[in-house]
Amino acid sequence: MLTIRGLKKSFPDPAGGILPVLDIQEFIVDSGEQVVLLGKSGGGKTTLLHIIAGITRPDEGEVVLDSFSLFKLSETGRNRIRAAKIGYVFQTFNLLPAFSALENVRLGMSFGRGRHDIHRATELLRRVGLGDRLHHKPSALSVGQQQRVAVARALANKPSLLLADEPTANVDTQNQQRIIDLIRETCRDENVSLLLVTHATEIASQFNRVEHLEKLNRVLEASTSI
Amino acid sequence: MNLFSIAWRNLQHRKLASILTMTSMALGVTLVVLVLAVSGLIEESLERNSNVGYNFIVGPKGSPLQLTLNSVFYLSRPVGTLPYSYYLEYQAADGRQRAYQELGGKLADPERPGRYSMFMKSGFAIPICLGDYVGRFRIVGTTTDYLKQLKHGRSADQDYRFARGRNFQEFNEKNGFFEAVVGSIVANELDLRIGSKIYPTHGPEGETHSEGFTIVGILEPTGTPSDRVAFVNIEGFYLLEGHVAPERDADTGLEIRKTQQEPIEKPSHTKKLSIEKREVSAILVKSDPIFSVGMPFQINKSNSAQAVSPLEQIMILREMFFNPLRFALLALTILVCVVSAISILVSIYNSMSERTRDVAIMRALGASRERVLLIILAESVLISVGGGVLGWLLGHGIGKLASPIVEERAGIRVGFFSVNSSIEPWIIPGLIAVGVVAGLLPALMAYRTDVSKSLQG
Repeated sequence: MLTIRGLKKSFPDPAGGILPVLDIQEFIVDSGEQVVLLGKSGGGKTTLLHIIAGITRPDEGEVVLDSFSLFKLSETGRNRIRAAKIGYVFQTFNLLPAFSALENVRLGMSFGRGRHDIHRATELLRRVGLGDRLHHKPSALSVGQQQRVAVARALANKPSLLLADEPTANVDTQNQQRIIDLIRETCRDENVSLLLVTHATEIASQFNRVEHLEKLNRVLEASTSI
Repeated sequence: MNLFSIAWRNLQHRKLASILTMTSMALGVTLVVLVLAVSGLIEESLERNSNVGYNFIVGPKGSPLQLTLNSVFYLSRPVGTLPYSYYLEYQAADGRQRAYQELGGKLADPERPGRYSMFMKSGFAIPICLGDYVGRFRIVGTTTDYLKQLKHGRSADQDYRFARGRNFQEFNEKNGFFEAVVGSIVANELDLRIGSKIYPTHGPEGETHSEGFTIVGILEPTGTPSDRVAFVNIEGFYLLEGHVAPERDADTGLEIRKTQQEPIEKPSHTKKLSIEKREVSAILVKSDPIFSVGMPFQINKSNSAQAVSPLEQIMILREMFFNPLRFALLALTILVCVVSAISILVSIYNSMSERTRDVAIMRALGASRERVLLIILAESVLISVGGGVLGWLLGHGIGKLASPIVEERAGIRVGFFSVNSSIEPWIIPGLIAVGVVAGLLPALMAYRTDVSKSLQG
């Protein structure tokens, strides 16, 4: 369902040169598969997720999601794919402070072509244990509760792929396992593929498929071999 | 969630800034509504007064505008006077003869018809005498025909109606020649009732005449300058001290000064003044429609008088004073709108720096660039229209509250939803346009947000 081939991405460095960040020959995630991508901070994990989400354009290579080659599409096309097929859980939750928990989840449905189903939004929040916090603003929720709202929002539009960027990095240890369990369970229930990025080996060890970014990304491979 | 509910939530989140910006917009629109209402009232008032129910004012040679100002609006000083014998030129032969027999005095060829009487079939000529005041209000000496023949209203089709009492009479057993009818404002302000007496002063700050007029009628409000006038019987007016026309040289028309030895004539209070001792300030003429062009031409050809179309002079008044004033007021309101638009721009622009991440999150959730642009524009339009509608309601509310005062002063009823200007229906579309223009810069900032950078930052 997700295929990445010959992907390269570099950024200009402050000295005026070019800083290569990603060089991935091939990476595939199957439908319904749950994959963890393990890597250190600054290894290009977030950049990779942004490219998969169609937010950042690669220098070279191809990203195919459900037979759509993302960067052969127009920006409008990529927006539509992102709204319809990709759910995104951010490291810092990124809930919109002006909106209640329920509205944040409904916002996840607002930009796609699907129906704005308030019942699904309510049901998702109940499933993540926030049935009694529907109308609370993010500022009135605990850190763990905020991340659970973010998970519900990411799944609101019934995506085929959920991208989770260090989803437990800002959550206390007590809540870390609950969040991971929640993401994995809901992805399983909804038949959503999961690509979870983390630097925590104790989380990675719970997944059947663990990819090491150092091995996958030839830029890092080269720098570690030197 | 649709575009406007997302925008509304964002505004609610910045409650104080949004309320302040909306208030600034509301006050701006209140000002616009009030300015339009005031200029609408002036226009309505001018329109009402331009339909005076007669086609000409005949008066002494001089400024036509001044003649109109003092004959229609009862403002400014009278241009001068015309001899009563000139007024009789508008009467048919029987009218001249009757006047000659009744009043006596000098009148050349009293048997002949008046020079302009042939133009007067189905029309009228009503004399008015100005110069005296009661308090700050003008006194108009005229005949009973003034309140019988003249009409008022937008189409000059409404009779003068009496709130109390009746029209004055030419002679009355009880009050003699000294009866008066007052306009609604005069009655209210001077607390006059039927039976009260008014004592005219000679000029606004002149001496008070010893003879007073008894109020026999109070007019209903008309929304015309008549509300601010005391109408008195012309016969009584002539009999007031100092109102006897000076003797004039037959050739030059110049006043013949009396020597100190010759006593100044004091009129009797029971006998009408003779023709040569009478003058009029102006004559309000409604001619036969066929002669509405020829008659003023004939009058203006003579050296003694001028015929002025009040409609034409009011148009000139409008062009000279009202239109520039209206233009200045409109320019001011446009400036107010620009200031309000800038306050919206500043408010949203300032919020954009702290909302870059929010925009990036929406983009990451699948919102297109155009969608976030429209959300910011919707915020701006909501502030503009929300504030504008509040301002519109406030402006009309003030108009409604001021309605009794306006009705009393101008005779125009102001309802809550009275739209006083052709511009007013454009306020809401204008507000939407202001909102779009004001929101464009911050909306473009949102459009250009670098999602990747903003999410990482």
